[in-house]
Parts: sequence; structure tokens; C-alpha cells
Amino acid sequence: MMDFETVFILIQKELRDAFRNRWFILYTVAFAILSMTLAWFSVSGAGSFGVAGFGRTTAGLINLILLIVPLMGLSLGALSLAGERENGTLAYMLAQPINGAELLLGKYIGLALALAAALVIGFGLTGLLMVIAGSGGDFLIYVTLLALSLLLAVASLSLGLLISATVKRAATAVGLALFLWLILVYFGDLGLMGTSVVMNLKVGQLFGLALINPLQVFKIAAVLDLRDNLEVLGPAGIYAFRTYGAALWPLLVGLLVVWAVVPFLLATQVFKKKGVL
Amino acid sequence: MIQVTNLTKRFGRFTAVDNLTFTVESGEAVAFWGANGAGKTTAVRCLLNFFPYEGEIVINGLDARKQSKHVRRLIGFVPQELSFHHDMSVAETLVFYARLKKVPDGFDFEPLLTKLRLTDHIDKKVGELSGGLKQRLALAVALLSDPPILVLDEPTASLDIRAREEFLLLLRELKQAGKTMIFSSHHLEEITALADRVLLLEAGRLVVDAPPDQLERRLGWETTLHLYLPETGIEPAMTTLAGLGMPVSRNGRGIRVQVAPGAKGRVFRVLQDAGVAVEDFAVE
Repeated sequence: MMDFETVFILIQKELRDAFRNRWFILYTVAFAILSMTLAWFSVSGAGSFGVAGFGRTTAGLINLILLIVPLMGLSLGALSLAGERENGTLAYMLAQPINGAELLLGKYIGLALALAAALVIGFGLTGLLMVIAGSGGDFLIYVTLLALSLLLAVASLSLGLLISATVKRAATAVGLALFLWLILVYFGDLGLMGTSVVMNLKVGQLFGLALINPLQVFKIAAVLDLRDNLEVLGPAGIYAFRTYGAALWPLLVGLLVVWAVVPFLLATQVFKKKGVL
Repeated sequence: MIQVTNLTKRFGRFTAVDNLTFTVESGEAVAFWGANGAGKTTAVRCLLNFFPYEGEIVINGLDARKQSKHVRRLIGFVPQELSFHHDMSVAETLVFYARLKKVPDGFDFEPLLTKLRLTDHIDKKVGELSGGLKQRLALAVALLSDPPILVLDEPTASLDIRAREEFLLLLRELKQAGKTMIFSSHHLEEITALADRVLLLEAGRLVVDAPPDQLERRLGWETTLHLYLPETGIEPAMTTLAGLGMPVSRNGRGIRVQVAPGAKGRVFRVLQDAGVAVEDFAVE
């Protein structure tokens, strides 16, 4: 039976560890600086082109998020179990009266909260910069993008934890996480284009294939958040918007939630089967 | 208190622990002894349910597999490798593990810190501690909830001789206080100092289950005694011992005699009776 007091203690420890982790600090600072720089350029351009600052910044942020947020989630998740397994702290913790499910849930929630803090800092500072610069726009879109980014971060973390539960060495886990990040980020679009040409896919099949990649799901949801339609994504986007209509938004958010939950549940099963070592 | 029946652990094709059966009574100190790779650490880890195993382990009537969390409440564990979070201070480490062990609020850490001489190091980072201090911290964490059982995996493996002696003294005190202990070691002197029973493991199998004083006899070992004698005593000593059938030879300023298990005292008695004074001796 799950002891939530134990889970809470482990969440506190994960948060504390994350805020002392130099990689986490580096990611947080990098994300904040890059998003603020992006916002600065957007706001600077708004005067001459008359485009709302929040809208321009949000559009620019989507690409930044697609690069950095999965990297943060995957690498932190991958390091979490494998790193502690390698230095023996995992075995020592599990020699205490706690079980594997409590440990994993504590790590997952703790790291998710740490990632949320990093994103809130980045988004918050960027938003503040735009408000100070007097930039207008729909603040709700901006907040929704933050919420979608949190979901993407947690989905990436969940995948990272699954990698971490599967392998023994921290270096292997991080290597696999980076490889997966490369596939999801760089080969997502190219792979889809290539597959559609070679296999002569129909537009519906192409859209279905895109939904396999959580980054594509995030991108489609973020564009929908920004523009209220998917024309910018071409025929597949138009097809999706016409086919699913109002159900598209809950479908995309639901898929991100599935990505956040299913790999984590698989990680708990792998961890249970493999044991501590 | 602890019943282990047909415990087997395989890693792929390698059988680390092979059909191990033993019991440990309350207040008893039992040592796993054997060479590296004999299965000592794996057996210890099975008690803590670190990984799936075959067979049955029952601790205080609880199934170690199905009720592992409850079982671990009864156990204080001291690992072979010092596995703390090095960026935490001694105080943070103790508080963190005390919370995990559900030690009541307001628990007075001072007596434990004094007993283990950690008071002066309370604000230091764990990474700054010496091997001996880290091991004392591990023992402090193990004792936080005052568990009836201590499981120690090669607890002195990383310690120098002095730190090892100090640590063994602490363990002897805990044994006298009634703690049940299971520990693994490959140091014979550690086992003779602490264990009531020794479980000798070879390739994962239990070869001997005996008290330490019977170990040599059960294994049929002979001990070599180096006796340092005055020049005038060497010849009479060699004649006396050879007459009793003991293989004896001259060795520098004394003699070397091979003694059957449990017969070392006899050598000194017969030499005393023969009027030969032993100046010094060494056991090999």
C-alpha cells in the first residue's frame, strides 16, 4: 500500500537535489535567457511590424520549447534512477522501509515539480519583460503554452524515467536519452516527410503518424492554441482541424497526458521486475 | 527470528546463492564467511528483498518478499559501499533517514551521536567524512529506529586497522545489548570477535554452519605456530613436540610447529611442563 507521507519526503528530497544539480540550473538559466532574448527581439520588432508581442513571442517560444524542454525532461529522468543505482544510493534507500513504487512516484513528482519551477521561471521572466516593454497580446495563450510545456516536460521526464529503470549505468541512460531526443526533435519532421513520400501516405495516415511523437503532439496543440486553426501545418493540419473539430484540443492534451503516464507506469513495472541492481 | 529456506538467486546462468537454508535466533550474531564471489553479499541483499529470488525468507513471522516494507522496519542495514548522498550534511542525512523510518518527532539524536562519536561532525558534508566516520554514520542511520536486527554487508571492508577495531567494538556492544546480527565478512578475526555462528559459503552453497571455535576443526585446518625460544630451549622443545607427533622444525631463533585444530594450548602446556620458556609467539 502506498504511503503518501513517504512519497512527500521523497518529493522534498528530489526537489532539493534538483535545485543543487548543476545541469538543472544550467537548463533553467539557458531556457530563461533564450526565451527572454526571443521576447526582446519580438517586442523590438512589434513596433515596426505592428504584431502583438505575446503572439510573436509565443510563436517563437514553441520552437525553443521543442528543443530545450524535452532535453531537460529526458536527461533528468534518465539520470534519476540510473545515477543513484550506479553510486549505490538507490539500494541504500530501498533498504529502508519504503517500496519501489513510493520511490519512483516521489522521484517523478519531485522532478516534475522541479521542471515546472524551471519553466515558470523562464516563462515568468519572459512575460515580465514583455509587460515592462508594454507589449500587448493575449495573455491566456501565453499561459496555455506554459501549461502545454509542462505537459511536454512531464511526458519527456516519464520517458527518461523509463530509460533509467531499464539500464544500469548512468552514462548509458543519458546516451539513450540524448539519442531519443535527437530522434524526437530532428527526425520527427524529416521522418514523417520521408515516410509519407516513400509509403505514399494519405493525409489522415500522416496525421496519425505525427501523433506518435509527443513533440509533434505538443507542436500541433501549441499552434492550435496560438492560431485557433492548423492551416500553418499544411494539408495534415487542415485535415485534422476539419476531421476532429472541437475534439482536437482534448485529443492532443489527452495524448500528452498519456505520454506522461504510460512510460512512468512501464518504468514502475520494469523497476519491480529488475529490482534495485 | 530469521528463517531462510532453500534460498536461491540466479543472475542469468550464474547461480550466486544456491539452495541456502539456515536460521538465526533472537540475539544471535551470524556471519556469512567466504571468498569474494561466494554469495555473501547476494544473500544479504535477498534478506532486504533487493531483487527477486527463489525460496523463502521469514523474519519475525513476516514474509520478506510479500511484506518487505514491514520486514525492513525490523532491520538496520549497513552497506559494504558507503552509499550516502555526498552533498548532504551529517545532520541532513540523519533527519532524512529518520523521517523515512518514521522516527517520532522530537527524537533525541544526541545519545546516538555521542555513542558513535559523531557530534563534532554534525555539520560536515558526508563527502568530507573519512571512511571510518562514514561507516559510523551508516551505523547511526541503521540504529535510528532501534531495530531488533542489524544486517551488515562487509561493514569494515573499507576501513583501516584502527577504524576497524573501533567499529568492531561498537558492534560488540550492540551484540551485548541484544541485537540480532547477520553480517558478511572475509576477515576471520572479525568473525571470531563477533559471531556466534559462521556460515561458510563457497560458490553460493553453504559448506559449514558452525561456531567460530569449531571452524578450524570442521575444516580440518592446521595452524602453524612460530615459537621464539632461548637458544638452550630449542633442542628440548623440538624433542618434546616431535615426541607428541607434531611436525616441528627449526626456524631462526625459535621453532615452527604445525598444530591440529583446537590444540594450540597443548603446545604451551607441554613446553611449560618440559621447563622450556616461550619468549614470544606468532600464529600463521
